[in-house]
Amino acid sequence: MATRLTRRVIGAAMTGATYSAALLAILPLAAILVMLVMKGAGSLDWNFFTRSSVPLGETGGGFAHAIAGTLMMVGLACLIGIPIGIGIGIFLAEFGGGALGTLVRFVADVFNGTPSIVLGIFAWTWLVKPMGRFSALAGGFALAVILVPIVARTTEEMVRLVPNSLREAALALGYPRWRTSLQIVTRTAGTGIVTGCLVAMSRVAGETAPLLFTALGNQFFSLRILEPMAALPLQVYSYAIGPYDEWNRQAWAGALVLILLVLVLGLGARLATRGHQRQA
Amino acid sequence: MARAARSAAAPAAHAEARLATDGLTAWYGPTAGIRDVSLAFEANRVTALIGPSGCGKSTMLRCLNRMHELVPGARVEGRVLLDGHDIYAPDVSPIAVRRTVGMVFQKPTPFPTMSIAENVAAGLKVGPPISRSERDGIVEQALRRAALWDEVKDRLGDSPLALSGGQQQRLCVARTIAPEPEVILLDEPTASLDPLGSARIEELVHELKREFTVVIVTHNLQQAARVSDVTAFFYLGALIETGLTAQVFTAPVQPQTEAYVTGRFG
Amino acid sequence: MRVTGEGRWKALRTVSRGDVVYRAVLTGLALLLPLLLLTLAAELVTNAWPAIRRFGFGFFATSVWDPVAGRFGALPLIFGTLYSSLVAMAIAVPLALGVAIFLTEFAPRWLRRPVATLVELLAAIPSVIYGLWGIFVLLPLLRDTLWPVVRPALVWLPIFRGTFYGPSVLAGGIILAIMVLPYIAAVSREVLLAVPAAQREAALALGATRWEAVWTVVLPYGRTGIIGAVILGLGRALGETMAVTMVIGNRHEISASLVEPGYTIAAAIANEFAEAVSALHLSALFYAGLVLFVVTVAVNVIARLLIWRVARGSAAGSAAI
Repeated sequence: MATRLTRRVIGAAMTGATYSAALLAILPLAAILVMLVMKGAGSLDWNFFTRSSVPLGETGGGFAHAIAGTLMMVGLACLIGIPIGIGIGIFLAEFGGGALGTLVRFVADVFNGTPSIVLGIFAWTWLVKPMGRFSALAGGFALAVILVPIVARTTEEMVRLVPNSLREAALALGYPRWRTSLQIVTRTAGTGIVTGCLVAMSRVAGETAPLLFTALGNQFFSLRILEPMAALPLQVYSYAIGPYDEWNRQAWAGALVLILLVLVLGLGARLATRGHQRQA
Repeated sequence: MARAARSAAAPAAHAEARLATDGLTAWYGPTAGIRDVSLAFEANRVTALIGPSGCGKSTMLRCLNRMHELVPGARVEGRVLLDGHDIYAPDVSPIAVRRTVGMVFQKPTPFPTMSIAENVAAGLKVGPPISRSERDGIVEQALRRAALWDEVKDRLGDSPLALSGGQQQRLCVARTIAPEPEVILLDEPTASLDPLGSARIEELVHELKREFTVVIVTHNLQQAARVSDVTAFFYLGALIETGLTAQVFTAPVQPQTEAYVTGRFG
Repeated sequence: MRVTGEGRWKALRTVSRGDVVYRAVLTGLALLLPLLLLTLAAELVTNAWPAIRRFGFGFFATSVWDPVAGRFGALPLIFGTLYSSLVAMAIAVPLALGVAIFLTEFAPRWLRRPVATLVELLAAIPSVIYGLWGIFVLLPLLRDTLWPVVRPALVWLPIFRGTFYGPSVLAGGIILAIMVLPYIAAVSREVLLAVPAAQREAALALGATRWEAVWTVVLPYGRTGIIGAVILGLGRALGETMAVTMVIGNRHEISASLVEPGYTIAAAIANEFAEAVSALHLSALFYAGLVLFVVTVAVNVIARLLIWRVARGSAAGSAAI
């Protein structure tokens, strides 16, 4: 039987241990962010944002093609994925009580847990192999496949939060079920749904693996969706593993821009939620 | 208009009733919420449905605008007649019924993403198309009739969430009357309001009966006495007694009615 | 505006076809997901088939990966995937649990939200940035600073034998640990929050210290969910690609030593897919990918079953993941 003192000491020690755990967990975060700013901020010049890759040996190259490519492909993914994702989310919230709802929810969770590289090779079989070429379209499609289940689940959650009394009030006014669902319920959940989309977008913007054999990457600035296209994470990857200092330097800069993009989208999501909460 | 010879237990003559039920039974799965209720609601009168918790008064109300059937496993037997036509007839759409029989709920529920004016006009959006000026006119009229116009006329574009509970409830009333239903149902409309707000709603109910047939469910006996012309007492799913409010409260016929209105249970 | 008499009655007789269409459209959209999953599985199997037929289950037993000679053995890949994930779990689980307990029990109220947010932020960092940091910060740190110090004490252990060049299973495991920690911590926190306060209070009322209450009452109560959280983290670790391939060394070799390079299925696909030497090579990669897919799906399903049982209704848990 441990003495009171022993127990107290153990208690204090374990409390300290959990503090240490929290510190240790946050340490890499600080380390990474600090490193990104330290090594990347210096390279963020005008060239970086306006010029694309230059041949080896030359200086003054940039990531314009990669930034544009990411915006393009994330935009493509959103175009395909957001309407479908929201639709599925509404389905799950409004009609999802039965077997089909359970199945769809399960499948969405399976997708959420599938490694993105597997989704990448799937997009390859669907769009690259039959077309015979790598393309931004395939890249956008791969990203959309990642986007849809996330948007679906967050949309479902947000629509479920709408109080039933609102539904009843609309129905009592003579709104048919579909208009109640679309014009009243979904609209009330609107801010939450947007938040979910922003979160999904920030996740998808940082994905590299699914783009490796779909969009492939491109040295040159291109906005042609049927051609290979550069992307920010892809460019960071190839420049990071490359043997040239110039490349490595730019990789840090690109990574900084990428994390800023991800954080801005995530921050946008949080602000949207907060505004919504204040209203309610 | 002669009502002098009416006995307290007999329902009002159908000829004067806008709305009436005939042998109405409503089920929640295997249990009956109300059983074999035949009750008539006179035009331009306020009928109060009273009774202890679980007596079926809310169930009764929700059968009048076909909201009861929204509950899974719910079923209705019997007829509900609006101007003599059964609203439960197979070819009648419940949506259309709900546009004719409006309902105000216990908790004020303005639509949060719409402005005050848009809320009032919400019921118009599912009706026949009208011009903007017509719509604005109807909104103003509805707000006036709900005794809310003066308080919101300068902020029609604002969010309804800034209004007090009582104002929100009057907004809901305005929203319900804007599409010109025939009947207005009120389900414990003052239950979540403070006394001032409640008083204003009661005044409103008094006004509303000039143009509508009003049915109100309330657990507040004093309110029923103040506000209604006819009172119907429910107990354990059955309609025990109905008659002029004054009579039901001062000289009830059935013993259960007397027990309830004198406060011995409830 | 008021329609009277028979006209009003006629107005009552309308049907809403909109409801039927609405439901049909949404159902159609919803069906897309299961359909997509079936297609995904079918494509994986179809493309892996030549390799499946050629190598069968021997694929998992042999170690030779020779694209030119057409011989493919995925044992190193499977070994590496499991080994690196194991290392990651060993590091991440205690830390993540510590963080979860910190956030639910010991942290002062004002500190909870900020710390929780910072931990969530870890999950938001893209894999490739972890890899970049891994290459230029972690590897030199391990190789040049840490290893020389601890080497004398550890090198006699089989798991630390060999020369440490940097890219290694250890580095992969550490990076993976940092990446899966926020997921395990977040879900564990939800699980712990779901433990009724009465349980904790009962222990405290009996004279337990705060820590004892956690250790003897709260943790056991949430045990199922925490196991679920850990398995969820495992699922993540198994499939991580970019950060791993950037620091693990990418060598088709099996070694017990953590300081030796290794390889994972995901990393192999990332490296070799775009420049596959032959159709069989590609098929072998698909075969490996199929295995990865099946394993991660199975792991995720088990995890969610465990978590769902405990923190029911917490769609926030799965939406955040």
